[in-house]
Amino acid sequence: MFWKKQFPLVIVFVMGVVMAVQYFIPHSASEFVYDNYLKWGITIGIFGHILGYFSFFRVHVMKVKKKTPNWGYSLLAIFCAIGMIIVAALDGRGTGGYYMNIYLYTSAAINATVFSLLAFYISSAAYRAFRARSVQAVALLLAAIIVMLGRVPIGNYVSVWTAIGLPSTYDISQWILNVPNMAAKRAIALGVGLGSLLMTLKLILGIERTYLGNQ
Amino acid sequence: MNFWKKLEQLDRRIIYVIITLAVILPFFFRLGLPISISPEVKSIYDYIENLSPTDVVFISGDYDPQVDAELTPMLEALVRHCFKKNVKVIAANVYNPQGVGLVEPRLKKLAREYKKVYGVDYVFLGWKYGGTLLIMRMGEDFQGAWEVDYYNTRLEDLPLTSRIQDYDDIALVVSLTGSGAYISWIYYAYVQYGQKLAAGITAVMAADSYPYLQAGQIIGLLGGLRGAAEYEQLIGHPSLGSAGMEAQSWAHIAIIVFIILGNIGYFKIKKK
Repeated sequence: MFWKKQFPLVIVFVMGVVMAVQYFIPHSASEFVYDNYLKWGITIGIFGHILGYFSFFRVHVMKVKKKTPNWGYSLLAIFCAIGMIIVAALDGRGTGGYYMNIYLYTSAAINATVFSLLAFYISSAAYRAFRARSVQAVALLLAAIIVMLGRVPIGNYVSVWTAIGLPSTYDISQWILNVPNMAAKRAIALGVGLGSLLMTLKLILGIERTYLGNQ
Repeated sequence: MNFWKKLEQLDRRIIYVIITLAVILPFFFRLGLPISISPEVKSIYDYIENLSPTDVVFISGDYDPQVDAELTPMLEALVRHCFKKNVKVIAANVYNPQGVGLVEPRLKKLAREYKKVYGVDYVFLGWKYGGTLLIMRMGEDFQGAWEVDYYNTRLEDLPLTSRIQDYDDIALVVSLTGSGAYISWIYYAYVQYGQKLAAGITAVMAADSYPYLQAGQIIGLLGGLRGAAEYEQLIGHPSLGSAGMEAQSWAHIAIIVFIILGNIGYFKIKKK
């Protein structure tokens, strides 16, 4: 029980206090701790990748063995993971090689294609759902239209009212981003920052223990 | 079914076709719309413009293929500017291993175009595990943090990286990202080490970054394809960003028209 419950709390408390203290004390001992923390952190993370690979293979090999639904995709995932390692090891990772070409002409192309479909979904969703049902919705709608126009060159052409000295869509969109948007973002950032600080203190002091699981 | 009802229930495929045309046609029939320059883009341009040939700009391509269309034009415009000014470039993918395949070919292409020598004028570090820890370690020991470049050459064997010890030797870090990676650069490189930073981010994220910009935590901002297009105008080399802006203009107009039509239909039906 000690190793599962009290020991992690001790590690979190000690490391939390040590790292907080070292940040404010410019001493060689403090720098030694900081430097080693950085080296250890990166090294542990690299071992985490090995663990990730192990977990990946275990999950997919089990799926193939048990012939679970869609096990063919697991076989493909294993084939691709091993295949890319072999290709990189034999042919290198530079431009023009098989490794880079496989990435650019399959993975990158598929990712970009799927993501670009969003433009179509957003257009359809905007047409059906963006309704001026309330005062807030009208404000959102107007701000969205002005910022959308202000972010593209054609917005300058649409702003015919600039002839009588009124600001263009670009100017209005810059104002929206710089004033009301920034005020809201700053308030949210302050709230998140204070929340993070409180959560950190709760973790260090052992008040927040959900990361230990249900034991 | 009356007209407004039909309009409200418009087949989504018609919307898709109109958006497709709005995106594709401007690439063939260009209007040459002028792009005004925003102060946040100009400030990055001015900063790099005032660097000397001994200065180094570190560009971190923290992005993946989903946002390649928005961020690669920024990468190309920034690298072009640096190469034109003979400013040295170190590129890496601190946060995103998928960015390696997007940054490396572009860097090589531009280096060939401007006749730059690898190891002397530019270096590509690729991706290494660490993220935030790597950013912090670069502030303590740059060479220890990376050890080798993407091609497994030790950094002390490359003339450019052999003289980089920490952030004091880097004039500017630019984080190109479709995520919150630039915020980590602010927290750990700017706050802890006072490193000058700039960010190139997707348009959808641009609104989030204005507090950092106004606070001076980033010297400038390239927001979406427009940011790239503005930078291309500044360096006098209109390219992918500028070409894409016309398509984006018409796509935005199409979406705005859809929204207006949808609302007219909604109110007409509601009235009845």
